[in-house]
Amino acid sequence: MHHDLKLDTAGGETPAFNMPHDDPDHPHSLLPSEPALRVKALETILTRKGLIDPAALDAIIDTYENKIGPQNGARVVARAWHDPAFRAALLQDADAILDEMGLNGRQGEHVVVVENTPERHNMVVCTLCSCYPWPLLGIPPGWYKSDAYRARAVREPRKVLAEFGVTLPDETAVRVWDSTAEVRYLVLPMRPEGTEGWSEDALVALVGRDSMIGTALATPASEAPA
Amino acid sequence: MSRIHDMGGRYGDGVIHPEPQDAPIFAQDWHARALALTLACGALGQWNIDMSRHARECLSPSDYMNFGYYEKWLAALADLLVAQGVLSRADLSAVSDTPDTIHPLAARHLPAARVAAVLAAGGPADRDSTVAARYQPGDIVRTRLSGNRSVDGGHTRLPTYASHAEGRILRLHGSHVFPDSNAHDQGEAPEPLYAVVFQAQALWPQAEHPGDEVVLDLWQSYLEPVST
Repeated sequence: MHHDLKLDTAGGETPAFNMPHDDPDHPHSLLPSEPALRVKALETILTRKGLIDPAALDAIIDTYENKIGPQNGARVVARAWHDPAFRAALLQDADAILDEMGLNGRQGEHVVVVENTPERHNMVVCTLCSCYPWPLLGIPPGWYKSDAYRARAVREPRKVLAEFGVTLPDETAVRVWDSTAEVRYLVLPMRPEGTEGWSEDALVALVGRDSMIGTALATPASEAPA
Repeated sequence: MSRIHDMGGRYGDGVIHPEPQDAPIFAQDWHARALALTLACGALGQWNIDMSRHARECLSPSDYMNFGYYEKWLAALADLLVAQGVLSRADLSAVSDTPDTIHPLAARHLPAARVAAVLAAGGPADRDSTVAARYQPGDIVRTRLSGNRSVDGGHTRLPTYASHAEGRILRLHGSHVFPDSNAHDQGEAPEPLYAVVFQAQALWPQAEHPGDEVVLDLWQSYLEPVST
C-alpha cells in the first residue's frame, strides 16, 4: 500500500476524531506528572511498540538546533536589501522565491513577506497558539509563545514594543498580523542607514531574529558584529 | 463560549521578558524531546494539524494555565494517542517489563532516514475548492460571532476579540482547508481564505494609536458582507 509519510498534515485521510471534548479525566494524567519523566515514559512506550524511532527524534532535534533557524530568514532579508528585483519578487510571491531557495517546508508552506517602511511597522503574533515560519526562523522563542505576548500584542503593540526597547515615531502606524491560518508572515525590516555599498554577507549580520518578527529593528550599522 | 487558548486582548498577563536572541533553542532537553516526539507521532497519520491544535485547546483551563508550552504539547499528544485508539489508557498507566508486541501502525512510523524529506515537504493547506470567492480586496466585511457552527465547543480560528468587527479585505490567499470542519473529521471543506485588516479602534475600546491595525487570516464562512 502506498502512503505518503507526512506529519500532522493539514488534511488527508484520518480515522474519526473521538476526542472527548471536556473529559475531566484526561488520559495524560495517567503518565508521570513531572514533564521530563512524562516525555521519557511516552517515548519508551511508543518505542517498544515500534511506533517511533528514537533516532528520528534525534534527527528532528538536530534539524532545528543546527540546520534551520533565523540565519535562513536573515539571508532572505539581506538579499532583499541588496537586490531590488529580488525584493520586488519576494513581496509579490514569497512562496515561489522560497521554493527556489529551498526555504519552504513544515510550518512554512505558505509565506507572505511584509515590508516595514517609515509609514508602517509590521509585527507578527499568533494569539491562538504559536504559528511561526519555521523554515525561515526555526522554533519560536519562549516569549513568542508566552501568554503575555499572545494576549497583548494585538491590543497594545506599542507597549509590547517598548518592552523590547523599540519606540516608534507617532507617524509610523503599527500593523499586527495575527497568524490565524496556515499562512506564515515574515517581516522585512528597514535597511539600516549607512549600509550603502555593503555586501549581502555583511548585511546578513544586521538581521536579528526579532527584527523578522517585528519586535526589533535591524541592527544599526555602527553596532555590526565584528 | 470561548476556550482558554483564545487569549488575544486579555488583560493581566504582565510584562514580557524576552530571552536574549542567542538563548538556547530548547531551554531543557525534554523540551526538544517533546517537540520531536509530537512530530514523529504525527507521521503515524492518525490526526491532522487541526485535530492536534484542538487537542491542546481541550486541555482543562487549569492545566492549560499551569502547564508550560511543551507540557501542553505532551499532554495533548497523550490525549490524542488515546482518543484515536493508537494507545489505550492501560498502555499509558505502566511501562511493562516484558517485550511489547509490535503495533499494527508500526509500519507507518517515521524512520530517521526520512526526517529531512518529511520536514522539507511539510503539509500545504491550499486546495482546489468549488466555493467561489465572494469578496475581493477592498471589500468591507463583518466577522460573525466566533465559534464552531457544527460542533458545540469545537475548533475555530476566529478569535473572540475579532467577533462582530468590521474590516476590509486585504488579500485573497486562495482556498485553504477549513479548520472548523477538518478538526472534527468532517472533511477538509476548503474555502476561500482572506487576510482581513481591522482598524485597532474597531477591536478595542481604547486603541493605542489611531492609525494602528490588526490583520487576521479569516475563512469566507467567518465573514458577512457589509453594504456600503
